[in-house]
Amino acid sequence: MFKKLFGGKSITEALGGAKIKESLTRTRNSFFGQINTLFGGETIQPDLWDDLEALLIQADVGVDTTTELVEKVKDRVQLEGITRPAQAQAILQQEMQKLLEGFAPSAVEEYRILTVILIVGVNGSGKTTTIAKLAKLYQQQGKKVVIAAADTFRAAAIDQLKVWGERIDCPVVAGQPDSDPGAVVYDALKSSFARKANILIIDTAGRLHTKYNLMKELEKLHSIASKQVHAAPHETLLVLDGTTGQNAISQAKSFKESVQITGVILTKLDGTSKGGAVFAIGKELGVPVRFIGTGEGVDDLTLFDPPTFVSGLFAV
Amino acid sequence: MFENLQDRLNDVFGQLTKRGHLTEADVDKALKEVRRALLEADVNFKLVKDFIERIRQKSVGIELSKSITPGQQVIKIVHDELLATLGEAAPLNLGGGSPHIIMMVGLQGSGKTTTTAKLALHLRKSKYTPLLVAADTRRPAAIEQLVVLGRELNIPVYTENPSVPPPTICANAIKAAKANAQNVVILDTSGRLQIDESLMEELSQIKAMTNPQEVLLVADSMTGQEAVKVAEGFHKQVNLTGLILTKIDGDARGGAAISIRSVTGIPIKFLGTGEKSRDLEVFHPDRLASRILGMGDVVSLVEKMEESIDEEVAERGAQRLMEGSFNLEDFLEQLQQLKKLGPLAKVMEMIPGMGEMAKSIPQGEVEKQLKATQAIINSMTGKERRNSKILNGSRKLRIATGSGTTVQEVNQLLSKFGQMQKMMKQFKNPRMRQNLMKMFGLGK
Repeated sequence: MFKKLFGGKSITEALGGAKIKESLTRTRNSFFGQINTLFGGETIQPDLWDDLEALLIQADVGVDTTTELVEKVKDRVQLEGITRPAQAQAILQQEMQKLLEGFAPSAVEEYRILTVILIVGVNGSGKTTTIAKLAKLYQQQGKKVVIAAADTFRAAAIDQLKVWGERIDCPVVAGQPDSDPGAVVYDALKSSFARKANILIIDTAGRLHTKYNLMKELEKLHSIASKQVHAAPHETLLVLDGTTGQNAISQAKSFKESVQITGVILTKLDGTSKGGAVFAIGKELGVPVRFIGTGEGVDDLTLFDPPTFVSGLFAV
Repeated sequence: MFENLQDRLNDVFGQLTKRGHLTEADVDKALKEVRRALLEADVNFKLVKDFIERIRQKSVGIELSKSITPGQQVIKIVHDELLATLGEAAPLNLGGGSPHIIMMVGLQGSGKTTTTAKLALHLRKSKYTPLLVAADTRRPAAIEQLVVLGRELNIPVYTENPSVPPPTICANAIKAAKANAQNVVILDTSGRLQIDESLMEELSQIKAMTNPQEVLLVADSMTGQEAVKVAEGFHKQVNLTGLILTKIDGDARGGAAISIRSVTGIPIKFLGTGEKSRDLEVFHPDRLASRILGMGDVVSLVEKMEESIDEEVAERGAQRLMEGSFNLEDFLEQLQQLKKLGPLAKVMEMIPGMGEMAKSIPQGEVEKQLKATQAIINSMTGKERRNSKILNGSRKLRIATGSGTTVQEVNQLLSKFGQMQKMMKQFKNPRMRQNLMKMFGLGK
């Protein structure tokens, strides 16, 4: 319907973001579709700003970030003498994009003998599934990947990872349930060297960021990796459920404090959730989003690209 | 991380106490803060709008009380309104013939499998004989997860080959329960998106084939604005009868509960409060209301203390304090307990009104000092710990070297401890003791 109204040109195709576009169709229709109607008129109406605020908050962008975004666009509209809503939309798009870009590229890309990726997150955010997807992605790039099953706490977490390992033909180093996750990490590092692997991905038990002892345990895993391999873990990625609201910021903050997360993987974006909290995470914590998870299949992981993400959200 | 709503409101009202009643302008200013607090707690945007309107009507023109601040008055109104929305805790409906069927539904990763095990344990405590059904055939190792949990709790788990359709598994499980005289069956279904039509249809089939008394939505307390759509989706498909809110042991404010409750009208039945199977609690509306308002959570603090502190050790310490025979050995023991609670700043954040103060404590400073104190006491002999009077210059030098501190630091600790002991000696006096007990609201 919106396509007819606004005669959409596909920006995403040019950017090669067919996958993001596809997976965000629902999001776009339900939420950013509304933005398009907002910006559809001939002149900027006063309630445009209120409506805009409402829409951003409903996308979990958060009160502070929303207020700042709206003020910024308002200011620029005035300053630049803009009268048409479509132009205001372009400005909003730019401003939203700004919060997500300007970060250094992923450290995984740098050349080294063994790259270590530590995966952390709260319970149920989708760590294990994401690790399988990530391993597959790097395998497809011709890398030799090993997975460490260091979630020795949750019942059958090791089995879950082993099933994935078989499906994607990737070795999984595991210990006994309830064994020391530090020992698993250590073994996995040794095993990765022996196998001449390029990338080791470490799965950790889900933990709420408010649990002091569990966060300390995570710091220990981090330091075991750094003692065995220079500058490891080279990436520490926080897996964040796209359905999460404002607590996402608190999570990112705590995990950044304890294990210096270098990026975020935003999962479960195949639903109607918007993952708007990543704007605040980019803005306040300077942590980039690296990947987005868009389904339960092993191929449902996409490199996060801010322009594609934001344009994808706006495109009709 | 969020400022306290109470502090913010006190700030808004400032000198207001002198005027007789709240004007519309006062209320508007206050409501802006309330709105913000609710949105930061992830209460649905549209609900916040309605909510604020109701509070506005109740707040304008209320008489200002002399005993409490206007901020507290508004908070009371908001709190009451939240309580009214949250409703009372509702028990599980286990009427009808045996076996009673409970069906667990929800998004991926909301905590269904863990909660299924917790619920079974809860029911067994009430003399039921539960059977768990592993109907999640999609997620790798989900069946194994439930089997492991069942084994740990010694509760039977019904499984079939993952290639069997879940509705069939559930129907077969009920037959098995009847045959084995198990009187509650809990169906653990796969996590699914509420917009996934074929999987939602599967839920309807399970429901039709099992006719459950309870269909419980398991929802993550960290859920954002989407909570409304998720709850609506599941409610439309399978007519939910209750909500279990999980991961409440984190710092999420849990506004999603308000959203879900408002759009579906279903009662909140339980809260998941931890990773262990016993961590399931009957829902308390007042605690959740305070939490949503970010008013600190003393109850959680107390729970945290109970969890980390060895009661026997704490009691022994208290006893020795009262007797006035508290020595450095006891002191060390208590310090070790305190350390288990985590950083002091984090603990303080949980106390209402202490959030600001917590921020002023330099990161790790207190912990560093605690560590030094511990090192000093650890470097003493048992005799020295029990009787610090024997510490002379050469002993102090030895202790300082052993603990990597200076004699000066050792002296500081001893003098502080000396003052403490002196103070504690006064506890021996029964009158002093009674006064102190009164101060903490204990005794007569």
